[in-house]
Amino acid sequence: MKTENQKAWFFVLPVLALVAFNALIPMMTVVNYSVQETFGDNVFFWQGLDWFQQILRSDRFHAALGRQFLFTFLILIIEVPLGIAIALSMPRKGFWVPVCLVLMALPMLIPWNVVGAMWNIFTLPDIGLLGYFLNHVLGINYDMTQDPVAAWVTIVTMDVWHWTSLVVLLSYAGLVSIPDAYYQAAKIDGATNWAVFRFIQLPKMKTVLTIAILLRFMDSFNIYTEPFVLTGGGPGNSTTLLSIDLVKIALGQFDLGPAAAMSLIYFAITLLVSWLFYTLMTKDDQN
Amino acid sequence: MAKITLSKLRHSYLSTPKSDSDYALKEIDLDWTDGGAYALLGPSGCGKSTLLNIISGLLVPSEGQILFDGKDVTALPPDQRNIAQVFQFPVIYDTMTVYDNLAFPLRNRGRDEATVHKRVMAIAEMLEVTGMLDQKAAGLSPDNKQKISMGRGLVREDVNVVMFDEPLTVIDPHLKWKLRSKLKELHQRVKATMIYVTHDQTEALTFADQVVVMQLGEVVQIGTPVELFERPAHTFVGHFIGSPGMNILPCVVQHGAALFAGQQIALEGPIQGAANGQTEIGVRPEFVSLAGHGLPATVTKVSDIGRHTVVECEAGGHRINAITDGAAPEKGSAVHLAFRQDMTRLYVDGWLATSPAADEQGAA
Repeated sequence: MKTENQKAWFFVLPVLALVAFNALIPMMTVVNYSVQETFGDNVFFWQGLDWFQQILRSDRFHAALGRQFLFTFLILIIEVPLGIAIALSMPRKGFWVPVCLVLMALPMLIPWNVVGAMWNIFTLPDIGLLGYFLNHVLGINYDMTQDPVAAWVTIVTMDVWHWTSLVVLLSYAGLVSIPDAYYQAAKIDGATNWAVFRFIQLPKMKTVLTIAILLRFMDSFNIYTEPFVLTGGGPGNSTTLLSIDLVKIALGQFDLGPAAAMSLIYFAITLLVSWLFYTLMTKDDQN
Repeated sequence: MAKITLSKLRHSYLSTPKSDSDYALKEIDLDWTDGGAYALLGPSGCGKSTLLNIISGLLVPSEGQILFDGKDVTALPPDQRNIAQVFQFPVIYDTMTVYDNLAFPLRNRGRDEATVHKRVMAIAEMLEVTGMLDQKAAGLSPDNKQKISMGRGLVREDVNVVMFDEPLTVIDPHLKWKLRSKLKELHQRVKATMIYVTHDQTEALTFADQVVVMQLGEVVQIGTPVELFERPAHTFVGHFIGSPGMNILPCVVQHGAALFAGQQIALEGPIQGAANGQTEIGVRPEFVSLAGHGLPATVTKVSDIGRHTVVECEAGGHRINAITDGAAPEKGSAVHLAFRQDMTRLYVDGWLATSPAADEQGAA
């Protein structure tokens, strides 16, 4: 006999409470702020969707969003092919495997603000190893605190240094799971190296690469600490990415309403792009 | 299609093999005629896959040569040997359709699309996969995947040899039969030399005209299924082929006669050479019968395996199986076993040491 009762709710309750406290409730307070105006003293005035309109029409937001997309696009276009290339050239067995894996994992173990500080010092024109070398040995005028291009090159290089390993490790995991028979069959079929990559390695890496790209997209789209420590958004506003701008509005200007509206828009964009990408990548597997 | 010759072939996975046991493959000399169906049979680790990979060119042998039609191909890479290989686990290109999978080897070799189309359609028809040509290969069932990987080998004109490396391992039992007969049929249609590697005696014996039995990197016997069954050249073959395998009984040889448990056992013919070393009598259960006289034995177990009954007996401290069609005796009863003389052989150190009687009366 099948018994029916409501006991199951009881087991879901702890998870529900946890999710509520670390996600739902904080988020609802943001929603709350986004439709109100306050001048302090805990007095609030209803604003409707005004803040959303204001943010969506603001040039400042458009510029930050544009920079954000540019940054994410640049690091993806560099990190993904580079990560795959490194994974392909790593040994599959033997003494060097653990050595390579540890070397690859090292950058990811460093805290984000440390990475920012490291690259800041590294690129200082007067005392930084790289900065001094570029300016005084190669004679290239490089100063990321003055030149927006130098600042961009630096934050992109820093992110590539910090996160390419993630793509490498995930791709490598996909590569080592390919049985030898595939390579042997390809040899017999007379496949070129490119064909082996295109028809064996890439399809077998597809799942892990989807995850890698998704993670890199979300992380880079929400990046804050490293560029904040490195450039602080400057020179001017040239490296003011969305998150840096958001913090400026929320904590610098203390405009809670617009900042809350911007947060929600920011969140929606991240969610939408992730969802679109994931749906497109897994479309083939479903039918 | 080609005649394949293996000449003084040896292989070791070690860079500097010292003793004989360092060789995964001990010296092999073999001739495989054009268009034959061969099986390499042996337990896991006997070197059959090593041999196969050497023929396909995936492995370069430490010593010796491989000749296709007299031409030395030892140093050629797999794609220049014009061979096909079907692996244990079906290898298909997931992202391609069945058609593109079959066309892949031809396109890699730069054939024009008209030829590709003609060949693919012909092979698809032969394999009965015409209906699924437009499907993604990833979604196929294992037996169809295995057919496609086979088709990729056959699609090339005049393949020298098609090799199968335990191709039915991942196939469901009820589909094994179907695929096996398909293989046999394909062999008759394309007339390519085929080599089938397996540890399953049924697969080997039903597929091949000639079976090569291997043990510990060594070829112990090459023969037709009937020869392997009736005249095993080595006790290993007798034991490995047949169910249950050959009865192997240690014996003493005195004055040219074999004695087991004090009884003289009549052999098929005279013993060749000096019977120094470990001597054993070999006789298959099929040729042991329960009789009114002969070797006294006790029945220890009776198993009905359908058409026959296997009677397990004990004599002189050794187990002897007999296969009988008639009524089986009770467990524990005393019986007499008779060995069919022309099927009773003597083995010295594992190797066959008797030859058939020159004439019918000679052995009596």
